[in-house]
Formats: sequence, C-alpha cells, structure tokens
Amino acid sequence: MPKVIDVNKLTKTFGTFTAVNEISFQVEKGEIFGFLGANGAGKTTAMRMLCGLLKPSSGDAKVAGYDIKSQPESIKKSIGYMSQKFSLYEDLTVYENLRLYAGIYGVKKNEINTKIDSQLKVLGFESSKNSLVSDLPLGWKQKLAFIAAIIHDPEIVFLDEPTGGVDPVTRRQFWELIYQAADRGITIFVTTHYMDEAEYCNRVSIMVDGRIEALDKPSNLKETYHSKNMDEVFQQLARTAKRSDS
Amino acid sequence: MTVIKVDNISKTYDKGVKALRQINLTVEKGELFGLIGPDGAGKSTLFRILTTLLLPSSGSAEVLGADTVKNYKEIRAEVGYMPGNFSLYTDLTVEENLEVFASLFNTTVSANMSLIHKVYNQLAPFKDRRAGALSGGMKQKLALCCALIHKPKVLFLDEPTTGVDPTSRKEFWEILKDLETEGITILVSTPYMDEASLCDRIALMQDGKVLSIDSPTGIIEQFQERLYAAKSSKMFALLEFIKTQPHVESCFPFGDNHHLRVDKTFKPGELKEVVKQAGFDDFELKKIKASIEDCFMYLSELDHA
Repeated sequence: MPKVIDVNKLTKTFGTFTAVNEISFQVEKGEIFGFLGANGAGKTTAMRMLCGLLKPSSGDAKVAGYDIKSQPESIKKSIGYMSQKFSLYEDLTVYENLRLYAGIYGVKKNEINTKIDSQLKVLGFESSKNSLVSDLPLGWKQKLAFIAAIIHDPEIVFLDEPTGGVDPVTRRQFWELIYQAADRGITIFVTTHYMDEAEYCNRVSIMVDGRIEALDKPSNLKETYHSKNMDEVFQQLARTAKRSDS
Repeated sequence: MTVIKVDNISKTYDKGVKALRQINLTVEKGELFGLIGPDGAGKSTLFRILTTLLLPSSGSAEVLGADTVKNYKEIRAEVGYMPGNFSLYTDLTVEENLEVFASLFNTTVSANMSLIHKVYNQLAPFKDRRAGALSGGMKQKLALCCALIHKPKVLFLDEPTTGVDPTSRKEFWEILKDLETEGITILVSTPYMDEASLCDRIALMQDGKVLSIDSPTGIIEQFQERLYAAKSSKMFALLEFIKTQPHVESCFPFGDNHHLRVDKTFKPGELKEVVKQAGFDDFELKKIKASIEDCFMYLSELDHA
C-alpha cells in the first residue's frame, strides 16, 4: 500500500519546550487513522506541521508525497481540513459555500457543478441546495463542512474533533460519511475526544507528552493494555503523562 | 428543599429561534443535576436565564426561592457561574483573577481556601502566569475556582468538560463529586453522554425540549425496547447490511459493536443465519441493556417523528 503520510522523527520545540518529540509513523492510502492524545500532548502542533502550516525543528515528513519543509504549498493543495469550529459562511447558501470552497481548492470549472450535485446527493441535501446555511440544523452544517473539505477529492482530509458537541445520531451519520470517503480512497486523519469513535478507526495512535506512546489497531491496543474498551487504554496511557497539561 | 425551580420556561430569540420550549424541572438541595444534550439543545440559554443574565419569553424560574426576574440581585450574590466560553481576565494572572472575583463578592481568597484548595493546588505552580497563557485544562480549573470563591450555595457549570480529553474530564468530575459532599447544589451541562451516569439526576435535552428527566438508572429502566449488540470483522459493511433487514428499527455504531433496536417479532436466530449467508462468517449477536446514549437516541427519534 502506498504511504500517504510518512513521518520520520518529527520534532517541534518552542524555546526549551518540546511540543512534539521525534514522532514517526506512516498512514496508508484510504486508511482511517485516529490521532489521539490528552490536551497538551502535542496533537495540534503535529497536525499543523503535517498540513504545511508550521515548520518542524527537526525530522521530516512527507504528506501526499510532498516534503513538509520544502513543499508546503503543494501539500495545502492536496489536503482538506475541517475543525470542530464551524467553518462555512452562514450568509451564503449551501451551493454558494461549496462553490466557494471548490474555487479556492482549484477544482476545474467544468467539474464544479457535477461534483457539488453528486456530493449533495450523498448527503440527501438536494432540496436544500439554495437554503442559507444559517437556516440549517447544526448537525447538517457539520456534515456540509465535511463535504466542503473534500470537494476537491484530496489525498487526505484532516479532521480536528469534527464531532464535538454534535448530537449522538448525527455523530454516527458523520462517521458513515467518513467511511464512504475512505472507500473512495481518501485517507482520513482524525482527532476526537469520544473514545467510542477511536474504535471506528483502522489504526489509532496515542500521544503522551509529545511522543507517540502507542500505535496499533484498536483491537490490538485493547489486548496489549488488557482493556475492555479504548477509554481504558487511553486512561492507562494518559495517566503516565508528566507534562502538566500546558 | 427545592433549590432550582423552572416553571414552563420558553425563550425565543429575536430572529425567531426557539431556544427553549416550555421547560419544567426542579433541582433539590445538594443534588448534582446534569443537563445532557448536544449543541443547540438550549442548555446555555437555560443557564443564562437561571443566572439572571437573560429574560425568558414566558414562564418563570426561581433559584433559592428568589424569582430570576424580580429578585435577581439576591440570586447573583448566592450563586457561582462558570459560562461555556472562558470569561476570566486573560491579562491578569491566576492569583489576580481570584482576587478580583473574591473582592467582587466582598470576601478574600484566603477566607475560602478550604473550599478551593484541592483544585487550587493544581493551579498553584502557575499562580503568576497570565490567565490567557494557561492551557485549556488549567483555564477550566481557574474558572471553577473563581466561580467557587464566595462559597456559593448553587453552582452553575455550563459545559465545563467540552473539548477536554477523557482523563481531564474524569478528574473534573471527581472534583464535582467532592463539592457535592460540601452540600453545594450543582447544575452542570455536558454533550458527553457517558458523563450522565455521574449525576444524581439528569434531563436529556434536544432542540429546546426536555426529552426525559430521571436518575440515570431510572432513564435506563424506562427504556422498554429490545436492544442487541452485533459485531464482525467487517463493521461498516455489516452496518449497511443490517440496516436493510426486516424487524430492525435502527442500527448504529457504538464503539466496537453496532447496537440494533428491534421490533417485537424479531428473532435473533433468523438474523444470524441471514447475516452469515451474506458472508459475515464471524458475526456475533447478543442481547444487551441500554446505555444513556441508546435512550437519548431513541427518545430524540420519537421526538422527531
């Protein structure tokens, strides 16, 4: 399997503080990769480096085949990004938002409308195409933000706590969208504080104090740590943290 | 003794958004009461009304026997409120923030140290740091200390654990359990269903409505539906397949299992056979008890129907 993310001893220091400490891992094409860790463990810093937004202090990484140090602009074109904070324009319609994102991500003009229509069909949103985003229920907005993040068929989509605060039914519908995207070959890199969602990932890494302390399939992690669920695995590892949540 | 009484409260915002629709609930002295629901359920609106920061459109509410509209000054002196968004002074230090809040309530930090010392001990190494430079977990602990600094009788905590990792969440709930033993009445909101079981009683909320109020075990006992857990090595394909089967009312992923709610004529043996024929050789199916999240999903489905 081709490696879509290939990280080698990636490190980021801020002054004397080592936020990310020599992490190494690979993610394969079409994989759903869960990137877990306590607050302050270094997840966001690592993610910012992988998205080409922050230069590493040492080590290197390739994302979608591009070097994060020398080719950050190529990376930005090959990825999608969605955060927990709603990132669409409330005073534009569903169509206008998707049209805008497609334009920003450089989707070819003659492909834009076909792409938008097919994505809206996946969501069952066809009848809301011309609704203002501000009029949509919250759960719909989150699903729409996901579609906007993958409208250009990126190699990878980075999802930073995409389901925070979302109701339980929508949270699960959201994961179905993730599975469908992965089936299409889009690699998923996702963070979450819901440990049941860790189970939906093909593989999960858990960061503690800037290092990756565990990386495996959820079933293997549960076996290794003699735990009945991922919450127990997480608690065992996070408890070893020395860094005081800074 | 009833400490919080919400009587038919509705709130419609200017743009016509119905944030609360005829809410009724009571919280007794010393209770740890949870408002459980996603964003948009109306939790924060209810907090703002109860802390006298917002007028209801209709209905009324009392806190410690005082009306939230007529006697708001009495309420403000007796309650502590930790809003959902961080609202301390970011350019003041940890210590300065505590002093400001203490003096606002005509008291001192030292006079109340006994109540906050457990939380404060974790903050102490950063006491000279500006609040804006604290981590999320530490900000949250400082906000709790500031809300507690005048020994309030009632504590309002609006989503104190949102966006917080599972370990820090657990720590925070241990702190709340400690405060409960001090006799403080606590109203806390959370979108995390797994935190519901840590409350004495809970209100499940969605779309401005209360779906159910009871103790966590009471809510589970009220759930009369038949529920099964299913798994195989091909979970997503299994989910899609089971959804198409007769007698299955709903099927949702729940961690490493799918939960199936089934009708009265469902026969587990029949499903097993069909699923195995479809190629899921390692299919497993067992009857289970509902969790709060199962109950919530079922109740919200009923409400939408």
